[in-house]
Amino acid sequence: MKLVVNVIEQLINGLGAGSIYALIALGYSMVYGIAKMINFAHGDIIMVGAYALYVFVVLLNLPVVAAVILTIGLCAILGITVERIAYKPLRKAPPLAVLITAIGVSFFLQNAALLIFKSNPIPFKSIVNVNTIKIGSISIRGITAVILVVTFVSMILLTLFINKTKAGRAMRAVSEDKGAAQLMGINVNRTISMTFAIGSALAAIAGILFISQYQSLNPFMGGLPGIKAFVAAVLGGIGSVPGAMLGGVLLGIIESISKAYISSELSDAIVFGVLILVLLLKPSGLLGKNRIEKV
Amino acid sequence: MALLSIKDLNVYYGVIHAIKGISFEVNEGEVIALIGANGAGKTTILHTITGLIPAKSGSIEFEVSGNNSEGQNKTTEMINLRKTPAHKIVTLGMAHVPEGRRIFQELSVLDNLNMGAYTRKDKNEIEETLAKIYKRFPRLEERKSQIAGTLSGGEQQMLAMGRALMSHPKIILMDEPSMGLSPILVEEIFDIIKEISKSGTTVLLVEQNAKKALSIANRAYVLETGNIVLEGDAKKLMNDESVKKAYLGE
Repeated sequence: MKLVVNVIEQLINGLGAGSIYALIALGYSMVYGIAKMINFAHGDIIMVGAYALYVFVVLLNLPVVAAVILTIGLCAILGITVERIAYKPLRKAPPLAVLITAIGVSFFLQNAALLIFKSNPIPFKSIVNVNTIKIGSISIRGITAVILVVTFVSMILLTLFINKTKAGRAMRAVSEDKGAAQLMGINVNRTISMTFAIGSALAAIAGILFISQYQSLNPFMGGLPGIKAFVAAVLGGIGSVPGAMLGGVLLGIIESISKAYISSELSDAIVFGVLILVLLLKPSGLLGKNRIEKV
Repeated sequence: MALLSIKDLNVYYGVIHAIKGISFEVNEGEVIALIGANGAGKTTILHTITGLIPAKSGSIEFEVSGNNSEGQNKTTEMINLRKTPAHKIVTLGMAHVPEGRRIFQELSVLDNLNMGAYTRKDKNEIEETLAKIYKRFPRLEERKSQIAGTLSGGEQQMLAMGRALMSHPKIILMDEPSMGLSPILVEEIFDIIKEISKSGTTVLLVEQNAKKALSIANRAYVLETGNIVLEGDAKKLMNDESVKKAYLGE
């Protein structure tokens, strides 16, 4: 019985961590779907979101709700700006040039944070004050419950947006065929901007949840979750929205179960091992598209 | 004044001079065929007209009517499509059925049709157009909630045409609508093009099937490696010895 409770708790922890990966992975996947590029600066948006929240809450003493909204808005604008300045001029450039530019943007954001906030980690008191929830003998940390709820709501809203709204359908059309989308009258540049804004807003939410859980920030904090979320996006099938969600959650659960029952040192190795295995068996990822051309 | 007037158009792919100073006109209500062998530049011309690829020089003028209250004081002006962003062109009344159909494979048939009406605002008018399109293509209505990528080739071609018609265009550009279809379907597609023309939409048709294209066109232009080498009445071209030899296989 004790083992069962323990396993369930570990699964819930994994789901919590996985939710954050999934939120970040969505940004990678959506941007890849639309702009056909890996935005390696995406992880650093989490860091910018975290510092923005810190500035708004701690330095400016703004109410939490206002600070959260401002943080999300700021990151969305940052996402659009980065795309306009760094990626848009490279639309027709070889993919390698875009990739290197994205790494450059990542360095830029990290070093800008380093310059402004210095390298020492800054402690941050969580803005989430929810008590541990007990269901029978299973206990769920308050922050984990909040992460699960926020992620769930974000994903529902995103899915509705993509499938039910005109702008969402335009996004899917652009991701499939930019030229044909243009012939329909869709403004491709605006759709790309919108995608970066949504991806970055989700990363901001992930950043807010991340520091509410770990309660500390530093300029390089976006790196590891960023890479892991990228793995999650590839695992689920990059370009696929449900794939990013599934990949993120799976990755979190695998990580948490390996940490608890196998070895915490080996957990990253196991995560990457699973990625390699999935890619060997299904190169396009779990829910990746294998488009069949019809004549 | 022509509905669409192209003057001295030059298009390059890198250093390759693909379209070499072409001029032609499409008048309202006509069916115009552009025929020619593979690589003659037919598709390039259509792509340049709707802004998918830029021209190096020349003009592409399109007549746009800004009619005040139903035909009263109808004013028309010529708009240079080369200076119009690609996504604005459909709003001027020009639709393009691209080569290879390029329907949105992952969207449903209905969503594809709705994408065609992306720039239109009036919901009732869109519904009216949709009803007309379903009448013309009953198969599309039967399959409206099916994912478009699962349609057969002929159905996909019909969807691509229906999608273009959803914008309620004055002129429709069609690129190889018969490509890859069985002879029966080719007949069906050409019948549909005739109907579209009869209902008042001007048609600019690019086809490798020169015989069929000339049989429904009013006038035609024959392209060879980026130049127009022959032009004139479609029926006359059909009896032209050089056309017969090169394009009609007679």
